[in-house]
Amino acid sequence: MTIGVLAYGAYLPSYRLGADSGVRGRRVVASFDEDATTMAVEAARGLPAPGSLWWASTTPPYLDKTNAAAVHAALRLPSSVPAADLVGSARSTFAALRAALATGGLVVAADVRVGKPGSLDEKGGGDGAAALLLGEGPAIAEVLGSAGDTLELLDRWRDPQRTTGEQWEERFGFEQYAGLVRSVAARLLDDAGLAEADHVVVTSGNAGITKRAGALVKGALSSSGSPIGFSGAADPLLGLAAVLDTAGPDETILVLSAVDGCDGLLLRTTPLLPSHRAARSVAAQLETGREVRYPTYLSWRGLLERELPRRPEPDRPAGPPSYRAGEWKFGFTGSRCTACGFLHLPPLRVCRSCSAVDAMEPESVADLTGKVATFTIDRLAFSPSPPVVDVVVDFEGGGRTTLEVADADPGLIDVGTEVGLVFRRLFTAGNVHNYFWKARVR
Amino acid sequence: MASKGIKDAVAIVGMGCTRFGERWESSTDDLLLEAVGEALGSAGVERDDVDAYWLGTLGSGQSGLTLSRPLGIDHKPVTRVENYCATGSESFRNACYAVASGAYDRVMAVGVEKLKDSGFSGLLRADPPSDGTAAELSLTAPAAFSLLDPAYTAKYGVDPAAMREAMTHVAWKNHVNGARNVKAQFRKEVSRETIEGAPKVAGRLGIFDCSGVSDGAAAALVVPAEQAYDYTDRPIFVKALSLAAGPMRGGLDPSYDFTTFPEVVHSATDAYAQAGITDPRAEISLAEVHDCFTPTEIVLMEDLGFTARGQAWKDVLAGEFDLGGRLPVNVDGGLKSFGHPVGASGLRMLYEAWLQLRGEAGERQLADPRLALTHNLGGRPGGCVSFVSVVGSERG
Repeated sequence: MTIGVLAYGAYLPSYRLGADSGVRGRRVVASFDEDATTMAVEAARGLPAPGSLWWASTTPPYLDKTNAAAVHAALRLPSSVPAADLVGSARSTFAALRAALATGGLVVAADVRVGKPGSLDEKGGGDGAAALLLGEGPAIAEVLGSAGDTLELLDRWRDPQRTTGEQWEERFGFEQYAGLVRSVAARLLDDAGLAEADHVVVTSGNAGITKRAGALVKGALSSSGSPIGFSGAADPLLGLAAVLDTAGPDETILVLSAVDGCDGLLLRTTPLLPSHRAARSVAAQLETGREVRYPTYLSWRGLLERELPRRPEPDRPAGPPSYRAGEWKFGFTGSRCTACGFLHLPPLRVCRSCSAVDAMEPESVADLTGKVATFTIDRLAFSPSPPVVDVVVDFEGGGRTTLEVADADPGLIDVGTEVGLVFRRLFTAGNVHNYFWKARVR
Repeated sequence: MASKGIKDAVAIVGMGCTRFGERWESSTDDLLLEAVGEALGSAGVERDDVDAYWLGTLGSGQSGLTLSRPLGIDHKPVTRVENYCATGSESFRNACYAVASGAYDRVMAVGVEKLKDSGFSGLLRADPPSDGTAAELSLTAPAAFSLLDPAYTAKYGVDPAAMREAMTHVAWKNHVNGARNVKAQFRKEVSRETIEGAPKVAGRLGIFDCSGVSDGAAAALVVPAEQAYDYTDRPIFVKALSLAAGPMRGGLDPSYDFTTFPEVVHSATDAYAQAGITDPRAEISLAEVHDCFTPTEIVLMEDLGFTARGQAWKDVLAGEFDLGGRLPVNVDGGLKSFGHPVGASGLRMLYEAWLQLRGEAGERQLADPRLALTHNLGGRPGGCVSFVSVVGSERG
């Protein structure tokens, strides 16, 4: 069995930390309704269905509950596909890769990296997600080797009860990691009979390592660190995705991740790569985006408590109804009447058009676009980030429903505006995250 | 149409209505006692003369005990009903049918709501446990009704500024009317500038485009029509009662355009048939309609057949529904300025019909009204329940 890289995807949120934060550059930040689960869905959407799903994150929305199950549901994968979380440190991504290298499968890593106001993590981190599909079949890259060395080191750590973490002096970690990175790189290249790799990506939670990536291990064609700053578990895959966006065929890529040791993956691209790149490149996503004011960002992360509208907080979603409506809630699957063709969003048993009973077929419109029939800005509704913009959407293949707008810029919405769908977290109530789909202007 | 109606079978012989507003000093029990007491007094009967009660409340209590306990009603049938914002009308409708069936000779319909104790703005929902995906869980009522505005202007090519003027006129008119009503929540005329300059709540709706959130109660005593003159020399007779619950198709169907409430059209058509009304514009003397938000009243003028499609905004601006207009609408101030204690509102509308048809409406009294219409709506564009009644001063 030869396992290769079959496809990849990357997702960057559309907000950038505003200049009023004092952070220069364009720090990529997830919106208030995004988390490691929703961003993983966005990174993996559009990839072929995998035989297994491995979700990695340092910021899991849930513990005790498998976050990958929501990703699995949103990707509408069959129940026979196993899905599991690998969480804790950024190293989890390479653990997921190791599993997928053995059996094939989809590795998707996502993180919302939060730093204390004014910290290096706030300034130098990044939020995002990336996915890598491994398996048998026509590959965009062959796997030449992988390695993982371990080192117990008090370099970066976080109390599980807290959203922000701590680091030792950067130079301490740098010195310990630098040797490991060089030795893992040398071993992988040696084993593959290569003197050097064409592209080298070095990611790490230690900024010293990524700043000196090129000096540590030089690539013949390119040497890079993280494309957006340290994005936790997503970092090595985002770095790889950015290289796959531009690399030519028959070029070698060495990915090194220095986290409590050093992991490495050596790939050689195939002639299929140029025609099978991700639909949205990392660079293109990085170029777009708009600024969010610093106080708004702080309130999104729970670091600043703002006055909310004088409205009750919503009820938490209930388990049994969410289970029964799972295909709708997670897969945006409605029901189409087989008698008259009317599409119901959400699914109904009695046709609203011809009254046929139980003559329905499930149909998802998650990947379709629609047009705004009418809209409003609700300044009274409860929201973690008011005001709420709502649209009534008519889908291209029939069907209508009312949705909140994600990443809303009210000035861009009018009757007739084209929208697509994105998987988001509407709110969290009673420690339950209310995942559902929102409309987003195309 | 399947409904046969009960035209002239029953009559209202007594009514009561509390002052609506921020009744910090009054509990739900106090409001009930006040409204029921006034209704009993106006009919000249005692509490124990009433055979059965229907109580409407959206959320100020559950079960018939909400009424039997404060009134001390001794082992009489008391039924609590709820039908969103049409709850008060639902209580009245059931009371009428109870009398028409012959089961009882004196039935009281009561409606109450104590909204101001929650500390929140607007109406609250009490939804069953759910999957958390329904838009109405988060979309507030003003936002849901604000959808009418861009849809209406787009469909009929109305200049948004003219539509805004029409919305403002509705609010202005209902405040002018409410200023002439001692029981209204807002008893003050409000300038057009103030209305248009108010902070926005949803879409183009500002605070003055929204009905008043208030506490209040109202009650009506219903008896067989042939006994009506035993109680009063000026009873009012029920000509039509219609209720339509929509299939909630509008939210699913791209062919629905958010410029009409099909439920209202159905209930109005049914009510006119029951009452034998062929030309509502000419035959109806006054209408109390569900002006929860200003664009709602505009759309209702068309759905109730008071004007042609696409014309309501012009007729509103021309003053046709003003106090001295062709067909006065919400003479008592409406939900807008009388206030909207949900369970009481449908009965409050009937209370104005009662006063007007009896010539007791004081400085807002219309000249010789014969037929009054009440329209009460629960839900939102795309899916609602709509109630229409017609009452008249003469039997037969």
